[in-house]
Amino acid sequence: MENKKLAVSVDDLTVAYNYKPVLWDIDLAIPEGVLMAIVGPNGAGKSTLIKSILGIINPIAGSISIYGKPYDEQRKLVAYVPQKGSVDWDFPTTALDVVKMGTYGSLGWIKRPRQKEKKAALEALEKVGMLAFKDRQISQLSGGQQQRIFLARALVQNASIYFMDEPFQGVDATTEIAIINILKELRKSGKTVIVVHHDLQTVPEYFDWVTFLNVKKIATGPVKDIFNDDNLTKTYGINYKVSVQQ
Amino acid sequence: MELQEYFRLVFTDYTLRTITLGTAILGAICGMLGSFAVLRKQSLLGDAISHAALPGIAIAFLITGTKETNVLLLGALISGLIGAFWIRGITRNTHLKSDTALGLILSLFFGFGMLLLTFIQKQPNANQSGLDKFLFGQAATLLARDVWFMAIVTGVCLIILILFWKEFKLLLFDADYTKTLGFNTKFIDILITSFIVLAIVLGLQTVGVVLMSAMLLAPAAAARQWTNSLSVMVILAAIFGALAGVVGTGISASQDNLSTGPVIVLVAAVFVVVSFIFSPSRGLLFRQIRFIQNRKDLQLHKTLAFMYDIAKTHEDKSHPHAIKILNNFHGFTRKSLQKLESKNYIELDGQMWSMTQNGYHFAANLYNQQLSTNND
Repeated sequence: MENKKLAVSVDDLTVAYNYKPVLWDIDLAIPEGVLMAIVGPNGAGKSTLIKSILGIINPIAGSISIYGKPYDEQRKLVAYVPQKGSVDWDFPTTALDVVKMGTYGSLGWIKRPRQKEKKAALEALEKVGMLAFKDRQISQLSGGQQQRIFLARALVQNASIYFMDEPFQGVDATTEIAIINILKELRKSGKTVIVVHHDLQTVPEYFDWVTFLNVKKIATGPVKDIFNDDNLTKTYGINYKVSVQQ
Repeated sequence: MELQEYFRLVFTDYTLRTITLGTAILGAICGMLGSFAVLRKQSLLGDAISHAALPGIAIAFLITGTKETNVLLLGALISGLIGAFWIRGITRNTHLKSDTALGLILSLFFGFGMLLLTFIQKQPNANQSGLDKFLFGQAATLLARDVWFMAIVTGVCLIILILFWKEFKLLLFDADYTKTLGFNTKFIDILITSFIVLAIVLGLQTVGVVLMSAMLLAPAAAARQWTNSLSVMVILAAIFGALAGVVGTGISASQDNLSTGPVIVLVAAVFVVVSFIFSPSRGLLFRQIRFIQNRKDLQLHKTLAFMYDIAKTHEDKSHPHAIKILNNFHGFTRKSLQKLESKNYIELDGQMWSMTQNGYHFAANLYNQQLSTNND
């Protein structure tokens, strides 16, 4: 792994909303091609970390680079799946339209999506198994279907690095399996996938890389090396025993 | 003047035509931009901005001493913009929620504006009266020049809207995501807000500070009921707004002494009420009808499922059974059985019922159907 390229590197990142720091002095090196979970208790700054990397939040200090360059120059290499609850699903639009939004970044200002973009959006919908719902008003989709639409929107961006904020939140088992299969496929094709994750039980099964976060970075590395009671206890502050057999 | 006469006069009378055109254009631009305000959950922003415009009008008069509409509206524009961006600043930089920021700016600016108005009225200047027309608006003061100006602003706004449609839509739906795609969200945000302020200022002369927000919200709220597409919503809102303007002017012109602004707002409110009740997909009426219909169907299906459980134990699916044996299942009536018969699911013969092939088949698939309709 040592000689692998770094997809994302974070140096001395510190973020505060008011006085209290949400992230403190984070150093992180994410190698290319990993499927990584960010775990930590509520308020540990998991979403904030992703949002800072993506430039949604301005950090107090620190720098971020994507393949060695600042985010602004590399944004076409990056796709983002926000938390499902962050938007109003009663917005008057269809599933296909939302997925098309994934092409807006490469289109740039003013230019409209055309046949090519529509085709890409339809393909992404098919990948997440939502093609039959393309004309459905988005409020009439179930939570799991809405999550898949968000995933499809990121897939359309055809990026190298995918950031996902709790994609498994509030979805049923079928959707969870469908989503994780797509993530594993992405990794197989050499993409880097970074996921804010809550369910510790599934970490060893789904991911090959993990970062423990609780305002400070506790540990980061391959799941098989560092996903242990010691790090879990350090992160969650209670004596945590891994109840899953690996 | 009768309403018919009004419509005849619209085409012949210069003044009336000017006012009607003015209110129609105003309604259209307000409906268009109001859609954005409603979808951004900034419905009250319009209210705050229009109230914030009042001190601008007063100060413009105090400085220049003229009652030239354009000068006063320029004052209104400046203080409206200040109010709008203060609201933005307060919500961004403090812990206050946007409703608090809106309320604060609204009352603060309006209070200051009223103070200035009373101060102006006490001045020994014959020119002072008439500024209070901006409180409730006075469509009769619209000049052809004003209407031209409105039309130009609406045109520019329309061009901007079409050009940046994709960006507006993206920002409205998912602002954070818009940022990650590399769009300058601040620029889009300021563009939308500035146009909303502009539309409000244009409407002050006609509808007035107090009622202006209704012009923004009512057409948009009505339009939302009829469509699930953003573009259709914006177009519909513009049409509703324009119609409210024309009809409102018509009513107020045909009834003496009815103030135009409030009538336009009331007409727009009628659109809202009608839309909330009668819209096919979101309206209260059809929703209630669908609800009752579904419940009835479910009850029928429940009875049918019970019959199915009895019939399937027999070799001959159409074997007749006594209605009596249904008695331990409460929920059927003579009427519901007849309804099942009319749907060709069962046959009734005196005190006996029997399932038809069709009914048996339908009942066998009921549960699966229920599942599939839930899933898609």
